[in-house]
Amino acid sequence: MGFKTFMNTKRAFSLVAAFLLLGTNVLMAQGTAATPAAADSSAQKSDMWLGVGYYVLLVLLACVIVAVVGKILRVYDLSLQMQGKKGMNWNNIIGVICIIVLIAGLYGVYWSFTVQGSMILPESASAHGGKIDFMFWTTTVITMFVFFITQTLLWVFLFKYRGSDKRKGYYYPHNNTIEKIWTIIPAIVLTILVVFGFFTWRSVTNTDNLKGDINIDVTAHQFAWEIRYPGKDGKLGQVNYQLYTPNNILGVNFKDRNSFDDLKADTLVLPVNREVRINIHAQDVIHSLYMPHFRVQMNAVPGLPTFFKFTPTITTADMRNRLDDPKFEYLLYCNKICGGGHYNMQKVVRVVSEAEYETWIARQKPYLSDPLKKELHLADASEPGKAAENKIALNN
Amino acid sequence: MSTLAVHDHGVAGHDHDHEHHHHDTFITKYVFSQDHKMIAKQFLITGITMAVIAMLLSILFRIQLAYPDKSFPLLETLLGRFAPGGRLDPQFYLSLVTIHGTIMVFFVLTAGLSGTFSNLLIPLQVGARDMASPFINMLSYWFFFIASVIMLSSFFIQKGPAGGGWTIYPPLSALPKAMNGSELGMTLWLISMVCFIASSLMGGINYVSTVLNMRTKGMDLWKMPLTVWAFFLTAILGVLSFPVLVAGVVLLIFDRSFGTSFYLSDIILNGKIMPYEGGSPILFQHLFWFLGHPEVYIVIMPAMGISSEVIAVNSRKPIFGYHAMVYSLIGITVLSFIVWGHHMFVTGMNPFLGGVFMITTLIIAVPSAVKTFNWLATLWRGNIRFTAAMLFAIGMVSFFISGGITGIFLGNAALDINLHDTYFVVAHFHLVMGSAAIFGMLAGVYHWFPKMFGRLMDQKLGYLHFWLTFICAYLVFFPMHFMGLDGVPRRYYAMTEFPAFNHWLSVNTFITWSAIIAGFAQIAFLYNFIHSIFWGKKTTQNPWDANTLEWTAPVEHIHGNWPGEIPTVYRWPYDYSKPGHDTDFIQQTTPLSETMSSNLPHDFEDNPAGLQQYNEWAKTQRSSEEVK
Ligand code: HEM
Ligand SMILES: [Cu+2]
Ligand SMILES: [Cu+2]
Repeated sequence: MGFKTFMNTKRAFSLVAAFLLLGTNVLMAQGTAATPAAADSSAQKSDMWLGVGYYVLLVLLACVIVAVVGKILRVYDLSLQMQGKKGMNWNNIIGVICIIVLIAGLYGVYWSFTVQGSMILPESASAHGGKIDFMFWTTTVITMFVFFITQTLLWVFLFKYRGSDKRKGYYYPHNNTIEKIWTIIPAIVLTILVVFGFFTWRSVTNTDNLKGDINIDVTAHQFAWEIRYPGKDGKLGQVNYQLYTPNNILGVNFKDRNSFDDLKADTLVLPVNREVRINIHAQDVIHSLYMPHFRVQMNAVPGLPTFFKFTPTITTADMRNRLDDPKFEYLLYCNKICGGGHYNMQKVVRVVSEAEYETWIARQKPYLSDPLKKELHLADASEPGKAAENKIALNN
Repeated sequence: MSTLAVHDHGVAGHDHDHEHHHHDTFITKYVFSQDHKMIAKQFLITGITMAVIAMLLSILFRIQLAYPDKSFPLLETLLGRFAPGGRLDPQFYLSLVTIHGTIMVFFVLTAGLSGTFSNLLIPLQVGARDMASPFINMLSYWFFFIASVIMLSSFFIQKGPAGGGWTIYPPLSALPKAMNGSELGMTLWLISMVCFIASSLMGGINYVSTVLNMRTKGMDLWKMPLTVWAFFLTAILGVLSFPVLVAGVVLLIFDRSFGTSFYLSDIILNGKIMPYEGGSPILFQHLFWFLGHPEVYIVIMPAMGISSEVIAVNSRKPIFGYHAMVYSLIGITVLSFIVWGHHMFVTGMNPFLGGVFMITTLIIAVPSAVKTFNWLATLWRGNIRFTAAMLFAIGMVSFFISGGITGIFLGNAALDINLHDTYFVVAHFHLVMGSAAIFGMLAGVYHWFPKMFGRLMDQKLGYLHFWLTFICAYLVFFPMHFMGLDGVPRRYYAMTEFPAFNHWLSVNTFITWSAIIAGFAQIAFLYNFIHSIFWGKKTTQNPWDANTLEWTAPVEHIHGNWPGEIPTVYRWPYDYSKPGHDTDFIQQTTPLSETMSSNLPHDFEDNPAGLQQYNEWAKTQRSSEEVK
């Protein structure tokens, strides 16, 4: 028996040796292939297959090792039994592994919380976001308490009550008092979280459009965002998708006087501590306007305009200081699958002081561009009857 | 009474079979079989095949996330136009994600899980000769098979498979020109799903009617094992919710192919104004999630049932709080119909409605918590035997705790604003579905393998499989929570366009390697599974010393499950380690009269005559002790 195992291990060793040799060969080959820039494709192909072969061998080797270890264990077990002892006690072995896994796992969770937990979003940069963050940390504390207790009990029980022939389980089919307690306590805790969450949610979403709010239209299409600010009148002109032309991609209705002074912008610039209402539109498929630093998200749905109202509280410059990251930018990006370019559909958001905002907005170009003026004029001239509808020939 | 009538009929039919000695041909035995045990095996093997395919797909796209800038010539060799220059095409990436999700949720965890274990265990555990309708049962498998073939065939068409995510929200899925994955691939996806739903309805109706009508003598509802309860309630959920998805899918087919506007309005695509008017994309989301949420419980409840049974058997203890376990399953079943809106908090649905859905969602966490505590209490002071099945059932509990907890965050509308559609959601549903439910399924495979194939799987390889998979699953999904908290969105082909996400690249690489190792760990399972089917150690009739009825049936599979009469049931299935009995288990078929020394007054709750006898017996016992 022992001899056979030895044979097996020896064979495994020689395999390892052969394999390492091959591995270095492959690596060397790749190294040389990389130097001449225009390596011919057949050489690349063979390199590729060599690489594949390398990994296949690696896996085979792992399988062989597992098989060998399995054999050794079996032999050891049998030899124990031949000596009249009990075989290996797997209940004990697994019980101990359970405790090790618990301890390693708890450490891993701790590590993950400290290292990866420090890579998450910074504090909220909006007024309502503070409430959300408070809610989040409350929920985290409560649930992590439950998490650690239940997982610890689970793995400790496994170790403590690992099986043995000398014992029997404890016949304990139910206990109504305990069961009532652990139904009612989660119910109470969840009620608290629900009530708390409900009011937070209502205060975030149940908003009125007040005078003095800045209304901004953000329109999503594959794969970009269009931003439109109101002009001096503070009002945005109406849109109608039927009015779309390449020069008027938002389909702004210029029958509406409010639209004349609307502005087109490239960046979403917001004055700090002013209420902003973003009106969200989509032209083709569903997108989602996501500005995680402000705890803002709302889908952009074709045919169903949505909005999100919030107040930014920290300027970009301020946030750069706080994070000690001079390149930091707030971002707006798409968070609903919308096609092949979904992964790159972003805009920079900049929060500035009121004064900076005024100078910035004064420099923005009107949406009613010269080509668009010409186009509207042409439409007027060529189709006097239809001119009133502000439609161009294309739509009819 | 009707129970008895059906039961008698079953016996008669069986005798009839014996007289004729009818011979199965290869076709009727292995292909178009109507025997529930064979159909269960067909579901299992198809399910495992689909799972392996879906796992390979996930490794493909994980490689893309780990090495977004590297090119792999091998990928071009394998995938051709889908990976030009050895790098995945962004649209094909989305197709991979979509098909991975669809296969895992529907084909593996719905059909593979319920199909296998409901088919195998319902007749064997309630004491029936077969399903209520073996023929419909056979159709159910073949519709599932056709659905699988259609789903996979979409890899071989010009533009590739469906790509809009497993939730296929229109307008993206309704406009063929919106992406490659919305062309023919999406049509195939929809056809495949219609076949799939037909399959799952036929299965579900069968499971419900078998449980209701064909229980053996003595098997009242409160004597059914928790597995049967779970399969039964799962089937009810499926039967009530899947038709709604068909409605949604059919309307989507109309929008795609016949120019209707159920889901479409105000659309300009590629500079062209489309003629659709008056539809609502939100309508589809309501229809989808009316199935979609119950679907996640269709996935998890069988896993809960299996784990409950496996944990009780291997702790050598009755499941703690049997009634509470059943009532919480019922509670989950009912509540799961009124929480679907929690997937739609930020879709523009009326925010007040969002508030209501948040309340119902957090209520459903209560029965889930009760179940967890009851499992823990079952382990407490048990005599725990670590079979491979037991380990997987324990893994299921651990994952269910971890994943359930993050559900409390997502169910809170205020928190969901920032978490929706990020990697936090990915972490949540992979722990609870991708890990907990899969582990429940694997526990079932290890536990009932002897019943299916008459042989035992190797336990040591099972241990190896368990520990590798368990640890890697946590390594893969745990860090994803933090990515979500950093605002990293799901369904992104690459994070490289965002300098702010650069610090996640090394984490992504780590996750991918963990996933690859987890993938290789499955070799241990596949080898064990296939090897044991042919060369495994022969099993005894009741290898785990379990109480339920299936272990009273002979190891060899026979038509009708039991030779002679179907056994009668006298007690609940969890009499493990009952004090006063010589062995640590008492099968359901053992009458109370044979176990006088271990009976409890509680055993005679609705049996006054029995209680009187028991009291008399106890009195004589006592007096004879006094004499001594
Ligand atoms: C403790 C109970 C649970 C709660 C409170 C809960 C809550 C939620 C919520 C609110 C979401 C939506 C998140 C979002 O889209 O932002 C979600 C997503 C999801 N959940 Fe759960 N869940 C629970 C249990 C489960 C179970 C048992 C499963 C499956 C077995 C599951 C599978 C999923 C899946 C697949 C998604 C992803 C949907 C998508 O594609 O967006 N959940 N869960
Ligand atoms: Cu997008
Ligand atoms: Cu749900």
